[in-house]
Amino acid sequence: MLGRLGGVVLVVWGAATLGFIVLKLIPGDPVDVMLGVQTQVSDETKDAIREDWGLNQPLLAQYFGYLGRLLGADLGQSYQLRQPVATVIAQQLPSTLQLTLLALVFALVLAAASALFARSRRTGRVVSVLELVVISSPAFWTGLVLIAVFAFGLGWFPVAETNTPRSLVLPALALALPVAGIVSQILRQGLDAAERQPFATTALARGATRSRLLTHHTLRHAATDSLTISAYLVGSLLSGAVLVETVFARPGLGRATLRAIIDRDLPVVLGIIVLAAATFAIVNLIVDVLYRVVDPRLRETS
Amino acid sequence: MSLAITTRLARGRVPRFGGVIVAAVFLAVLAAAAVLPGLFTPIDPLQTEISNSLAAPSLAHPFGTDQTGRDVFSRVIHGTQHSLVIGLVATVLALVAGLVIGTIAGIAPRAVDTVLSRIIDVLMAFPELLIALLVIAILGPGESSLVIALGIASTPVYARVARIQTLVVRRSGYVRAAKTIGVHPLATVVRHVVPNTLGPLLVMATIGFGTSIAAAAGLSFLGLGSAPPTPEWGLILSEGRNFLGTAWWIAVFPGLAVTGTVIAATVFGRRLLAHRAGRTS
Repeated sequence: MLGRLGGVVLVVWGAATLGFIVLKLIPGDPVDVMLGVQTQVSDETKDAIREDWGLNQPLLAQYFGYLGRLLGADLGQSYQLRQPVATVIAQQLPSTLQLTLLALVFALVLAAASALFARSRRTGRVVSVLELVVISSPAFWTGLVLIAVFAFGLGWFPVAETNTPRSLVLPALALALPVAGIVSQILRQGLDAAERQPFATTALARGATRSRLLTHHTLRHAATDSLTISAYLVGSLLSGAVLVETVFARPGLGRATLRAIIDRDLPVVLGIIVLAAATFAIVNLIVDVLYRVVDPRLRETS
Repeated sequence: MSLAITTRLARGRVPRFGGVIVAAVFLAVLAAAAVLPGLFTPIDPLQTEISNSLAAPSLAHPFGTDQTGRDVFSRVIHGTQHSLVIGLVATVLALVAGLVIGTIAGIAPRAVDTVLSRIIDVLMAFPELLIALLVIAILGPGESSLVIALGIASTPVYARVARIQTLVVRRSGYVRAAKTIGVHPLATVVRHVVPNTLGPLLVMATIGFGTSIAAAAGLSFLGLGSAPPTPEWGLILSEGRNFLGTAWWIAVFPGLAVTGTVIAATVFGRRLLAHRAGRTS
């Protein structure tokens, strides 16, 4: 367990260091980036800004200063917004969390429904084509189609609102569909594999019904398989949010990332990278623990 | 979608023969449209006709027209070239970089291997889109940064497979035999290791090509790739976003092209993967 926690620290440190090195390699003076191209500023002012932001210190001092501040959860200051990066993130996080959590619920419900109800050969074939289609449709395009059909065409959902619960449905659905396709595929593969196992035959021989076999035996095995992609799910929901938030003109972390990239607001970009690394490392850690809960076989070997 | 997940999913159902033929035909048509767009449409993709703006699909304009009266069908056809080239170059870039890094990790001393593998692991913990965004943040938006960003983003997956494959080949009889008869280690790598790693990587690249095209469309949609008025699928989509209520066709058709390409590449790649694994049904 301690070793795994060390792994989390290692990943975050690696991402922070990689990010720091990369940002220092970028050609161009950050002061010029901060000021924008059109402003004429004297060299003294520029020096003062450099002094202010600690950009005139030796690289190693900057690096360790940065790591030190990171330990205190200080992600630095945004060049463009003149706010702490942590504040920028904290402002945008709730909106993205709402979106991604609802999308996660949608994805799991859809995936479970398709995996559980498409157990016959024929429905299985239809579902596998559907899966291929939703997996292959980029979330931003699915979003556009959903808006065209359900907001403009049928008028079931608001077009331009962003802060009502109703306005959350379409973006969450757009984000959920590709993920649902993947989870459903993994679940069905897992169920198929589990049904071929001796314990499934034994259960049937003892007189268990198909549905009992599913709920009491094979589903547990399939769920373990699906756990392996949890980290991927989180990543795909968070990165999908960048596109979906733009499509639906919703505020959120995804759009903040995009704006930071276009404005070259590098402290914000770096802050989001570090946050993302920490999130993925922690999710992986949780998954490792969950494995042991779901699959007793793993508990004995450790 | 991430390449790592697609290749993992490919272990499941093997696409049927009919589906593979349809996918191959679709890809062939795309290639033809990329090389000879004039064969499919006589209309110039940049030709504006204000009097006929936002016209619904008709015989003259099968995909309708956009806000300046440009023919959407022609823009999608001419966009094929941009999207395919971006996808192809990004995939080749990732394949070559992954092959080099993976092979080095596979034959290098343990310490080097450990460091490289750790870096690959850290990079694979991130979604590809996020890595691509970071690279674009550094290089600045534009078509060439887009290609480089997509290439770098999918390199770790190829590197991981190349490394594992190299480790396997290294222990094989013929590599030992080559070593015994005094073949130079470098010659062994070029003649025996790389050809054996290339097969699985090329199959992955088939699927990766589709993912790269979708990712490129997404990044162009965000305004980080091609610049207007280039007929690029993602860019046409982003222009169509403003007219969803009045002219759904501008956004829908280029998206269909992206989705179709991804599906075709995935079906084709899955079949190849199953073929390599020796499964035919």
